[in-house]
Amino acid sequence: MAEILEKKLKDQDFSDTGALLQVKRLHVWFELRRFGFGHAGYVRAVDDVSFELKAGQAIAVVGESGCGKTSLMKTILGLNTPIKGDIIFDGMKLSELDRKGMMEYRSKIGFVQQDPYGALPPFMSIRSILDEPLIINGVKDPKERNERIRQVMEEVRLSPVDDFIEKFPHMLSGGQQQRVVIARAMILEPKLIVADEPVSMLDASVRVEILKLLENLQKSHNLAVIYITHDLSTVRYFSERIFVMYAGKVAEKAVVDEILNNPLHPYTEALLTATSEPDAANARIYKEVPPGEPPSLVNPPTGCNYHPRCPKIIEGLCDLEDPPEFEPVPNHLTLCWLHKDA
Amino acid sequence: MEALKRSFGEIRKYPSAVIGVIMILVLIGLAIYTVATIPYSEAIRLWRGGEDIWYSTPRNAFPVWTNWFTDVKQPETIVMFSEDNPDVTKEYTTTSSGKTDIKMSYTFDYTADDFPQELSLFFKTEYVAKEPFASITWETPDGRTIRVGDLAVSRKQTYRISQDEALVRRLGGEKPEVGLFADPESPDPENPQVLKGTYKINVSVLLFEDTGDASAEYVVFGEVFGWAGTDHRRRDLMLPLMWGAPIALLFGLLASAGISVLTMIISAIGGWYGGVVDGIIQRITEVNLTLPFLSILIMIGTFYSRSIWTILGATIVLSIFGAAIKTYRAIFLQIRESTYIEAARAYGASDMRIIFRYLIPRIIPLLIPGLVLGVPAFVFLEASLAVLGLGDPVLPTWGKIINDAWVNAALYNGYYYWILEPAVLLMITGLAFAMLGYSLDRIFNPRLRGL
Repeated sequence: MAEILEKKLKDQDFSDTGALLQVKRLHVWFELRRFGFGHAGYVRAVDDVSFELKAGQAIAVVGESGCGKTSLMKTILGLNTPIKGDIIFDGMKLSELDRKGMMEYRSKIGFVQQDPYGALPPFMSIRSILDEPLIINGVKDPKERNERIRQVMEEVRLSPVDDFIEKFPHMLSGGQQQRVVIARAMILEPKLIVADEPVSMLDASVRVEILKLLENLQKSHNLAVIYITHDLSTVRYFSERIFVMYAGKVAEKAVVDEILNNPLHPYTEALLTATSEPDAANARIYKEVPPGEPPSLVNPPTGCNYHPRCPKIIEGLCDLEDPPEFEPVPNHLTLCWLHKDA
Repeated sequence: MEALKRSFGEIRKYPSAVIGVIMILVLIGLAIYTVATIPYSEAIRLWRGGEDIWYSTPRNAFPVWTNWFTDVKQPETIVMFSEDNPDVTKEYTTTSSGKTDIKMSYTFDYTADDFPQELSLFFKTEYVAKEPFASITWETPDGRTIRVGDLAVSRKQTYRISQDEALVRRLGGEKPEVGLFADPESPDPENPQVLKGTYKINVSVLLFEDTGDASAEYVVFGEVFGWAGTDHRRRDLMLPLMWGAPIALLFGLLASAGISVLTMIISAIGGWYGGVVDGIIQRITEVNLTLPFLSILIMIGTFYSRSIWTILGATIVLSIFGAAIKTYRAIFLQIRESTYIEAARAYGASDMRIIFRYLIPRIIPLLIPGLVLGVPAFVFLEASLAVLGLGDPVLPTWGKIINDAWVNAALYNGYYYWILEPAVLLMITGLAFAMLGYSLDRIFNPRLRGL
């Protein structure tokens, strides 16, 4: 195992490119154990993912359930430990951080979760919920904390503040709860927001509001945003680039319009086909979606991960060798042998 | 906190909880009153005291309220001291030869239907060389005068009238406490009746010196005493009944709160860290659950110390790793996967902060009813240990009263009050906490409401 990784990481490069977040050949593998101690292989949740994110830039990570997007997100938040590769955020190298450094690292990344009700401790008032990150990160003056809480509540438009500040999560609507979650992510003035499907649990009526709010915050605070979703229809709102993930790998990277209009990877095509659009004509059209399920992450197929489902498989190549990253169109990268001649 | 306050506010909707709270408040009030009026050292002194302190109380006297339920009214104890008592007259007469005669007469009404337990006179005299001489006479309501006895009195002298053999002979073989109060006209001389009325006992002390003084305390030991009665060592049972309240409440609350809180913290730590830590905690719990709790406490009491603090400590230590650890852990394992815990980790909360601020508050609604319901269990445990003879040897407790009663065959001798009183208090305590605890359980676990 170590040898394979060694070979893979041979050309690893950590030069400073001025980006806010650098993800370098990240491998997040979870060890499987037999009888509690014997080694039984790895779950390759994130397998060799690299990308860069500049300050103020927003990207969307798209993929179906189990493709590794949540593992990638948790690793960026410092909640998972990568087995190989590294993350450099704002000059801090994740693998070399001590406890104090970790606190600072985490305080600069805001986290917006999927289920707003579950994300808020039910026994704390809104004030306590927003107070917690400040207390933990050493803001000792209660007056200063109070001011910061009010300011951030105004920003997420939980106003008038006095109507909300002493309430408990269960007294708020789903949209208001999600605003509290966003306020909590914003309260430490982070440089990066990681939003894990922030609107998928909300009513359709408040989705747009929340996405617009995130967009406004991103612009006014020059935030970098990693927006994780399975729903391509919400991507457009504020992300510039889309990463399509499949089975632990980033299958395709490009700007939003490029992906939507000119998908290069067969999996992206399939995803786009599956996107629902409110059009009456859809009821009479049969969309061709590739059959099968995502592969096992413990024993991934040889060659391209997608080849067992791929309608455009090149026999003897796709099923044997890992595809490298091709760039058939400038700034549009894909892991697909179809574009080997580009 | 708000939610907790609201839940406690709901208590008002449950009559049983209100009654429980009132009973607990009464018990706490009794405990505070006791500690304020009878300080600890005084309580210990009285409880440990023998005949020197409890000389004027009857032995094994029933409480006065037993008279309400019987046709034959038992006599109450009469204590008359020669100084500062309007019913006692004291006269000094100095004779020409330099002698002083002190005449003390005690006038008292005797209206009970039965004879007293004992009669005694406690003399205190001041003299230089020669012991004064006392002679005592008895005047009955029908005008008879009976010579009771004559004796030389030292500085501190007890004259037990009931044990004067000469007086027994003079009364025709009748015991003095019967013979002095008997009606000579009784229809059945074998079974004399009490002659009710005003009696008088005259004590004349002759001092052979021109200086000196004498005083005497006259006691008619009744068959009933106080609201609680007395035990075999003449001690007023009110003392241990009152002092039992603070001790029982303190023991019950400390044990229950200590065990609940520590169990919760330990299971939270195990549930949060998992792995080896959790494994060790679970194995300790499983081993501990198989240990015989009472036997170990009896061993500690027999071989090491019977102090209530030792027993309390041993109870807590042996109960921390109890079955509740398993229950709490199951809940913590579920809570720790909550997304709000993930969020807390993402903004940098430390392990300890997550345990105390995020895990434990979720379990407090479960903990509170358990804590309240646990109190009587530990009150009863303390009483049970005392009954087994392992109670604190110094402290007056409810369990100790039952132990004394049991050792002295109270029920065989008919002294039912001796067991009834502490038992009723124990039952009230258990009932109070149970009524509150089950109501709290229904408030905090609303699913039970429909049942």
